[in-house]
Amino acid sequence: MRNLSMLTNPYNDDKDFDGCSIFGMMNVEGKRFSSRDPIKAIANMHERGNGLGGGIAVYGIYPQFENYYAFHIMYLSRDAKEKTDRTLATSFNIIYDEEMQTRPAKVIDPPMVWRYFVQPRKRRLGKMTADDYVTEKVMQINTETGKAFVFSSGKNMGVFKGVGYPEDVADFFCLEDYWGYLWTVHGRFPTNTPGWWGGAHPFNILDWTVVHNGELSSYGINRRFLEMHGYKCTMQTDTEVLAYAVDLLMRRQKLPIEIVTKVLAAPLWSEIDNMEPKQQQAYRAIRQTYGSLLMNGPFSIIVAHHGEMIGLTDRIKLRPLVAGTKGDFLYMSSEESAIRLVSPTLDKFWALRGGEPVVGKLRNPHKTTSLEEN
Amino acid sequence: MLKEEKRFVEIDSKYVPRVKVKDRVWKIDAEGMYYKDLNSLLRDMCNKGAEKILIRNVCGQRYIGTDLNAEVEIDIHGTPGNDMGAFMSGPLITVHGNAQDGCGNTMNDGKIVVHGQAGDLTGHSMRGGQIFVRDDVGYRVGIHMKEYKRKIPDIVIGGAAGDFLAEYMAGGVVVVLGLTLGECERCKARFVGTGMHGGVIYERGDILEVGKGTKLMKVGKRDMQVIERLVKEYCERFSADYEIIMNAKFHKIVPVSKRPYSKLYSN
Amino acid sequence: MKTNLLPEFLVERDERRCIRCKVCVNQCTYETHSYDEEDDVICSKDENCVNCQRCVTFCPTHAITIRKNPNVNTENANWTVAAIRDLKKQAETGGVLLTGMGCDKPNLTYWDRLLLNASQVTNPSIDPLREPMEIRTYLGAKPDELEMEMENGSILLKTKLAPQLRLNTPILFSAMSYGAISLNVHEALARAATKCGTYFNTGEGGLDKRLYKYGDHAIVQVASGRFGVHPDYLNAGAAVEIKIGQGAKPGIGGHLPGEKVTPDVARTRMIPTGTDALSPAPQHDIYSIEDLRQLIYALKEATNYTKSISVKIAAVHNSAAIASGMVRAGADIIALDGVRGSTGAAPKIIRDNVGIPIELVIAQVDQRLRAEGIRNKASIIAAGGIRSSGDVIKAIALGADAVYIGTAALVAVGCTVCQRCYTGKCPWGIATNDPWIAKRVNSDIATERLVNLLRGWSLEIKDMMGGMGINAIESLRGNRLALRGVGLTDTELKILGVKMAGA
Repeated sequence: MRNLSMLTNPYNDDKDFDGCSIFGMMNVEGKRFSSRDPIKAIANMHERGNGLGGGIAVYGIYPQFENYYAFHIMYLSRDAKEKTDRTLATSFNIIYDEEMQTRPAKVIDPPMVWRYFVQPRKRRLGKMTADDYVTEKVMQINTETGKAFVFSSGKNMGVFKGVGYPEDVADFFCLEDYWGYLWTVHGRFPTNTPGWWGGAHPFNILDWTVVHNGELSSYGINRRFLEMHGYKCTMQTDTEVLAYAVDLLMRRQKLPIEIVTKVLAAPLWSEIDNMEPKQQQAYRAIRQTYGSLLMNGPFSIIVAHHGEMIGLTDRIKLRPLVAGTKGDFLYMSSEESAIRLVSPTLDKFWALRGGEPVVGKLRNPHKTTSLEEN
Repeated sequence: MLKEEKRFVEIDSKYVPRVKVKDRVWKIDAEGMYYKDLNSLLRDMCNKGAEKILIRNVCGQRYIGTDLNAEVEIDIHGTPGNDMGAFMSGPLITVHGNAQDGCGNTMNDGKIVVHGQAGDLTGHSMRGGQIFVRDDVGYRVGIHMKEYKRKIPDIVIGGAAGDFLAEYMAGGVVVVLGLTLGECERCKARFVGTGMHGGVIYERGDILEVGKGTKLMKVGKRDMQVIERLVKEYCERFSADYEIIMNAKFHKIVPVSKRPYSKLYSN
Repeated sequence: MKTNLLPEFLVERDERRCIRCKVCVNQCTYETHSYDEEDDVICSKDENCVNCQRCVTFCPTHAITIRKNPNVNTENANWTVAAIRDLKKQAETGGVLLTGMGCDKPNLTYWDRLLLNASQVTNPSIDPLREPMEIRTYLGAKPDELEMEMENGSILLKTKLAPQLRLNTPILFSAMSYGAISLNVHEALARAATKCGTYFNTGEGGLDKRLYKYGDHAIVQVASGRFGVHPDYLNAGAAVEIKIGQGAKPGIGGHLPGEKVTPDVARTRMIPTGTDALSPAPQHDIYSIEDLRQLIYALKEATNYTKSISVKIAAVHNSAAIASGMVRAGADIIALDGVRGSTGAAPKIIRDNVGIPIELVIAQVDQRLRAEGIRNKASIIAAGGIRSSGDVIKAIALGADAVYIGTAALVAVGCTVCQRCYTGKCPWGIATNDPWIAKRVNSDIATERLVNLLRGWSLEIKDMMGGMGINAIESLRGNRLALRGVGLTDTELKILGVKMAGA
């Protein structure tokens, strides 16, 4: 089995090192809106990136296919596509597939990008849940040829990313044609994986996405802990580790976000020692059990999945993240100016405290509509 | 001849129509303008003797006020970008809105007045001049502030502060008024003044949890003079009620030692 | 507590030679020697001696010999004399052990396992004394290509180059701050750099107003403490260096102890006299690569794009990736400081255990920047244990543009590398601010000694280049075919990008 390490980490560094800008925007009524505002906002933080990575995650874009997993796959060769198509055909019912709509833009060496709407083949599923099955197949495709990479695999959502400034990546993917109720966007400043499209953020598995700013000093052990739980860290990025940690804790171990943030950005012992005994016990247990998932070092992240957008910074806040609300909209951003550009007035504006999350939830998780429909 | 030809950022001619002078006030519409162009314009105006500059539609442009060694008044409408007034020496910047991270970074002289909040690292390594923030400030504000003889910087925070306020503080004055806090509410800031070895923090009421190496003291007559002077200016700038603010008990936080780490090493 | 520590050195005085002139008594700043008038004899407290060789050098009759104390524990490869000494010291004080200068452990030097080439038969060697031999170097970002036109037979250059530093010899004086070293030494470095057409680095302690006249030959440093950083300072230098790390103590800050903060140092650093000058471990406005970009451009704005911006890091595991990020963040020069780099004071445990050798990092960074097609966008200065012109030329062949020297320069001034800089009592008047001791360095003489050193090294560099048939240093820069390795593993050779000698 080959893997992507030649692409994800051409110099065999310990991991990928990068810095970034992040932006998230959500309509808590589930009303869908266009890419205009999120792209305008991230473009305003141009200085935080270096044009070698940009990406967008958007939720609610495929209402007509909402029951099928939407795969976005990048191919570096025709052979890889043929081989991957065979894998897909044997594992899934392919409902619809097409080459993704793109246009020439200021991006560097675009690969071939293809979109599939798929449904796991029942007979192959066995006792596995559909989500676990899809996760396994995504990992299989990503390691099979070394030239095919699934960069989006959730239902009714999609990730679009590549090498260029995020506004140029949006231009490349013609994102003005997409409408969603939750957008997260990322501008990247990589130092050691400059030309790899898959290295851009958001990082995705199923409908979970993570955009991330910072560098985890604890990456080495975070990764080994997740590998013990069956994850394959093929990307060698901090972001991948964050995404898997969230997947493990929230999806597989069913912990609520409030507790998950206490794992990732655990309170200091000096704080725990001052808690009342029961809380002390609980927090002590969290740190004892999940010590290897403490994300140590600077990070600010926006994690999203259907119906929820979560912002979090490390416990001593080494990376910026601010939030604001206006009507039904929740904004999160590395810099306030990006929010003000799309919403000059806000009902509420605040800077996140270290280790304390901001969680935006849909008021009615089952209802999403387009703003233009209203 | 050791230095090669100097390089300056040239002002793009397309920005010329964005500048208007009226009643000796220079006005710039900064909408969508790249920071290098904006700062270049500001330099140019200062060279031409501008005394008052008004910038509208500022949204994220960095380093405003850097490299303007002139006593110019700059009014900013919008949200200026990071490092506003970094290494600044001279100007008075008034922000009608919030300031982002790093405002007044390593500032040398001049004044920054923020009608709103200011982000992390406000006044980082500041060595002179004054910063007034009407509302809250972020993490690590005033860390490693310094003073030398009569060059003593001030930071006045109307609201609450974040963690690591005045960490490594070596000089200067930080005042925290806590006006945005509810009754009996305290700042959530942790590690206030850790490593502090000079300067003083004044708190209005008992709102700060002091860190290691600092001690809480009663304010004396001289302290009150400093507090009164700064609060007076705060009230004038933000139209706040002086009597109400002063009708509270102030405390001062000072370092235990000028040499906090003298016993750390064995020789 | 009674100390269990035995004196490290023993002072032996030949009574037949001693003329009781008391030079040793006056010269020792550690109060090792004292004169007993009653008995007309000079006594020594061995436990105070640090073997700085000051008394030995100045004794007119060569009556003094300093010996290593032979009373040591039973020989043990693990529990060495030094290890046991350190343990005892800590048991008695409970503190962090300090040291000065660079790592003194063996096995970390690759220079000695790299050998240079020379021309024989197929191409001629050149005689540098009589034929042109160019070692002038320009540091700064170079463009990808030049836009030029011919106009009436002359070339019209249309591309504007970034600011460049001109070096008449590819050797600069490394960052040493005023406060860590005395003003006289700072001045000597400044004057020698000016005379030789190169640069000295102010270090992080600011620049004394009296030395501003040498600003054209200064690289002014901006470090985490931001001492003495203001617009005049930034504009006084020829370039600005952001100090992220130092080879002797990667990842940690520093304290200039209060007793070294004299009124003059206080004025330059702009802090009150007698307070500890604390340099935080990180620059608190740089927690990520995009923050570095923010500070680089803040400094470019503050100097109106007229100065090169250098960024100095300690050589660490991922230096190549970091360097690539630094270049993309806008650094015009990147300075790399290896594990053997020196310091005025650092915890011994950090100095001897953190960081990696400079040779490997020069090779890796140069290679990475080339692989990514951005090597031209920044110059590389290598630092950390450059002892001779041989080391300089090997660093350049591996891929550096120039080198910083610190210890070598101080030795030229008088330093004997006794590793006690942190005490502030340097008997040679270098690492001290005690006015009585500091005046032992005469800045005229120190300047002359430094100029001599650079002259000697430059001549040697030219000799070696001539031997290789190369008459311009740019033909040697990154030319690893000029090097061969001995006693290195395949992996080491691969990382260094050189072949085994004989291959």
